[in-house]
Amino acid sequence: MLNINNCHIKNLDNTLRVHSIESFGTHDGPGIRMVVFLQGCKLKCLYCHNPDTIQTSGGTEYQIEELVGMALKMKPYFGKKGGVTVSGGEPLLQSKELVPFFKRLKEEGIHTNIDTNGRVLNHFTKELLDEYADLVMLDIKHMTEDGYEFLTGMRNKETTFTFAKHREASGKAMWLRYVLIPDITNKPELLHAMGQYFKDYKTIEKIEIQPYHKLGIHKWETLGWEYQLKDARENTEEEINAASEILKNYFKEVKIN
Amino acid sequence: MEVKQLKSGVWTESVNVRDFVFNNITPYHGTHDFLVGPSERTQRLWEICKEATQEERQNNGVRSVDTETISTVSAFEAGYIDKENEVIVGLQTDELLKRTMKPFGGFKVVQKALSEQGLEPNKSLTNLFSKYVKTHNDGVFDAYTSEIKKFRSLGFLTGLPDNYARGRIIGDYRRVALYGINFLIESKKADLENITGPMSDAVIRLREEVAEQIKALKEMIELGAKYDLDLARPAQNAQEAVQWTYMAYLAAVKSQDGAAMSLGNVSTFLDIFIEKDLEEGLITEVEAQEYIDQFVMKLRMVRHLRMGAYDEIFAGDPTWVTEAIGGMLADGRSKVTKTSFRFLNTLYNLGPSPEPNITILWSESLPQNFKDYCAKVSIDTSSIQFENDNLMRENRGSDDYGIACCVSYQELGKSIQFFGARTNLAKTLLLALNGGRCEFTGQQVVDGIPEYTDEYLDFDKVMANFKIAMKEVARVYNDSMNIIHYMHDKYYYEKAQMALIDTNPSINLAYGIAGLSIVADSLSAIKHAKVKPIRNEEGLTVDFKIEGEFPCYGNDDDRVDLLARQAVADFNNELKQLPVYKNAEPTMSVLTITSNVSYGKKTGATPDGRAHGIPFAPGANPMHGRDKNGAIASLNSVSKIDYKDSLDGISNTFSIVPKSLGSSEQDRIDNLATTLDGYFSRNAQHLNVNVLNKETLLDAMENPGEYPQLTIRVSGYAVNFVRLTKEQQMEVITRSFHESM
Repeated sequence: MLNINNCHIKNLDNTLRVHSIESFGTHDGPGIRMVVFLQGCKLKCLYCHNPDTIQTSGGTEYQIEELVGMALKMKPYFGKKGGVTVSGGEPLLQSKELVPFFKRLKEEGIHTNIDTNGRVLNHFTKELLDEYADLVMLDIKHMTEDGYEFLTGMRNKETTFTFAKHREASGKAMWLRYVLIPDITNKPELLHAMGQYFKDYKTIEKIEIQPYHKLGIHKWETLGWEYQLKDARENTEEEINAASEILKNYFKEVKIN
Repeated sequence: MEVKQLKSGVWTESVNVRDFVFNNITPYHGTHDFLVGPSERTQRLWEICKEATQEERQNNGVRSVDTETISTVSAFEAGYIDKENEVIVGLQTDELLKRTMKPFGGFKVVQKALSEQGLEPNKSLTNLFSKYVKTHNDGVFDAYTSEIKKFRSLGFLTGLPDNYARGRIIGDYRRVALYGINFLIESKKADLENITGPMSDAVIRLREEVAEQIKALKEMIELGAKYDLDLARPAQNAQEAVQWTYMAYLAAVKSQDGAAMSLGNVSTFLDIFIEKDLEEGLITEVEAQEYIDQFVMKLRMVRHLRMGAYDEIFAGDPTWVTEAIGGMLADGRSKVTKTSFRFLNTLYNLGPSPEPNITILWSESLPQNFKDYCAKVSIDTSSIQFENDNLMRENRGSDDYGIACCVSYQELGKSIQFFGARTNLAKTLLLALNGGRCEFTGQQVVDGIPEYTDEYLDFDKVMANFKIAMKEVARVYNDSMNIIHYMHDKYYYEKAQMALIDTNPSINLAYGIAGLSIVADSLSAIKHAKVKPIRNEEGLTVDFKIEGEFPCYGNDDDRVDLLARQAVADFNNELKQLPVYKNAEPTMSVLTITSNVSYGKKTGATPDGRAHGIPFAPGANPMHGRDKNGAIASLNSVSKIDYKDSLDGISNTFSIVPKSLGSSEQDRIDNLATTLDGYFSRNAQHLNVNVLNKETLLDAMENPGEYPQLTIRVSGYAVNFVRLTKEQQMEVITRSFHESM
């Protein structure tokens, strides 16, 4: 089922492999959104709160037209801001199938958004970034290579930055997302480093801080996996605010999600 | 500054408040930034009220009762909360929260309600009512057939207004402020002069009614005089306009104790007087808000004497002082004024509250600032509800309407409605499966339905039987309504309210159904899965075994949603065939009150897998927990019920946890306003919104003392959560709370 070399999940024609669908998503992009959580991810982030989306097997095949039909039923509630978000898992593992899906959504006048870790930059992804994705929410895991590997189990954080550069070149909107974990990602030097790196990007409208929480632990246990961040704690309000103050030096808008 | 002149029009010559509003309204498009907090006087009064309501709660829900006096428009001397701080005066009696006897609906009910408090009525009254004076209740039971009594006692027809007042009639209380009572009397006298022979029943009755109305108007002048107010003349300024309007409403709730006594649509009207005084520099925003705060405070203190059994049906001691706010005028201007905001602001100045039952007439075209403020108030207080203004205005014809009771359109001053209570449609479906017999007692209720003996239920056969059952239930329901409204007019005529309505108004008879989601899911199970009835020795269904899957109403799935839509259309069509007293137009609502608990008890197991005793879902809601595809799918299913088949309203109660609406306050406001736009763009009619965490409700059950004002929308109205019984509280908690992952 999985073709590792292409970094891509093979699907039946015109289908997407879906983990679950949220019909009233209010935390994954602007406004009210249909959020399609796609199955499969190459990373295994220690804090992942949807670990059941990681395995590339499983999920349910949905016809693209079926998903478009669902989006159309929700369209009256999207208003001026809302639309469809693909999240995951890592949605771009299915970038080839996302192209016709997003194309159809654009035909229907629906706002499109990809919530991604930015590790897949094949020509389908580029087509999505350049043409069909109204918004990209790029997850910045960590600003150091060791930190990145510790959190995600993979090396080569640079791919994320290459991805960001490509989106910047397209001139289309981008949000950054950053999971804030005390002592791991919530350190002033890391926050400054991120700010310095992205401060001249013109397409970044805002950065969303996602304070670390332990809500996903029981899902790890259900999967029979060990939760390795057990000792991490949640941020205090002061810690969140301090991080937010640092980031405000570099970004137009800092939002705590 | 130039002094604002009122623009004349048709209203100057004849009674026509709508024309006055239309010509003089100042629509407001700004934000809520102009609003002010409560005045010191208001705060002092509210402290007294809060203490009194706490005493009431501690004293089994009743603070005091007058057992000597029959309450009429002018029966009691003036009463005050704290006279020197009151800018708007008037209580139902001479004392705050004192309940009174209004025995013309039924004397036995008064006796029962008093005896539950360890009291009894004055001996001479008991003597009078047991020997000489006939009541509405007496009249109805003289005329009831044994068939109607059977339908009533077995629970096919529920909450019939046959031993209490029917309510729902909204007097156009604005008329007293705009015209003064002398003008209204003259106008009614002229009408009476023109009601001439030949003297048919209808003509004689109308002459008597108008004569009664004139007496009520004279009594209102007396009522005003007790408070040193000259209601005979029009209001001269904003304070008087509020005061006069309240006095007119007070006359209604002094003389009638209908379940629902709506206020109408007064805020926009009052704004014209307030704007004028503000422009002339006579008052500031502080006084403007003070009038509205104190008016609303008085509305919150309205009480009726009720017996315990009544509270089982209408939980939480509601009075439905429903005030409709917002909406659009026929010419495309908005009816939103600063006073619309001031009314909503009372929910901050005095805290959340179920009464008055504030209902936003929502249109996509309302000013965005107002929409955002409504969303904010809803999120902060869970005290308000929303109805589709475009849908009602376009289908029903007027832009000057109020909401009768929970959700029903009623043109102000031009039409009234007869309250039709409800029939239990889920129980009606069980008749279809049991050869027309009651599922509990085996009594034959409906004839002509063949005994059903197949091992599995067949959809077509069930539908054929269900249609016979609906036709028969509709017939008996209609019979009961005709008797009830005939007798109510005869023995407990609403002369004070009717005095403020055009002579001979149009009427609709507001029938209702409960149990729609159970019917839809049951039919879906029968159609899409295999349903095997378990029958007892008498052949009555006691349970159902379902093999296979079936779609449930509430998931935006046409396979079942269209069954719901069709059931509404079918029953409405049956009702429409039947002639109604006073040539009223039959209409229908899909609405339950909190009686979902008692409906559950009175309805056996149903083919959808619901066990006997499980409460119904409120109104047109999907059954608790069965709407699994999220909030939008749930809303979409309800929006498929056609308003044309249910012109009195289709109630939907929507509960969502705050976090699921968005992560910041601004997001939550945007998302709620957008949701309302979306829902109503699909021609849905009504939405109750609760933005609450279940944990809050559970905590309030444990620690009621800490949540005296916790308000929750139930079905077309709101209640103080802590005033519900444990059982009713649990029913509310098991409802679907939409939550994102």
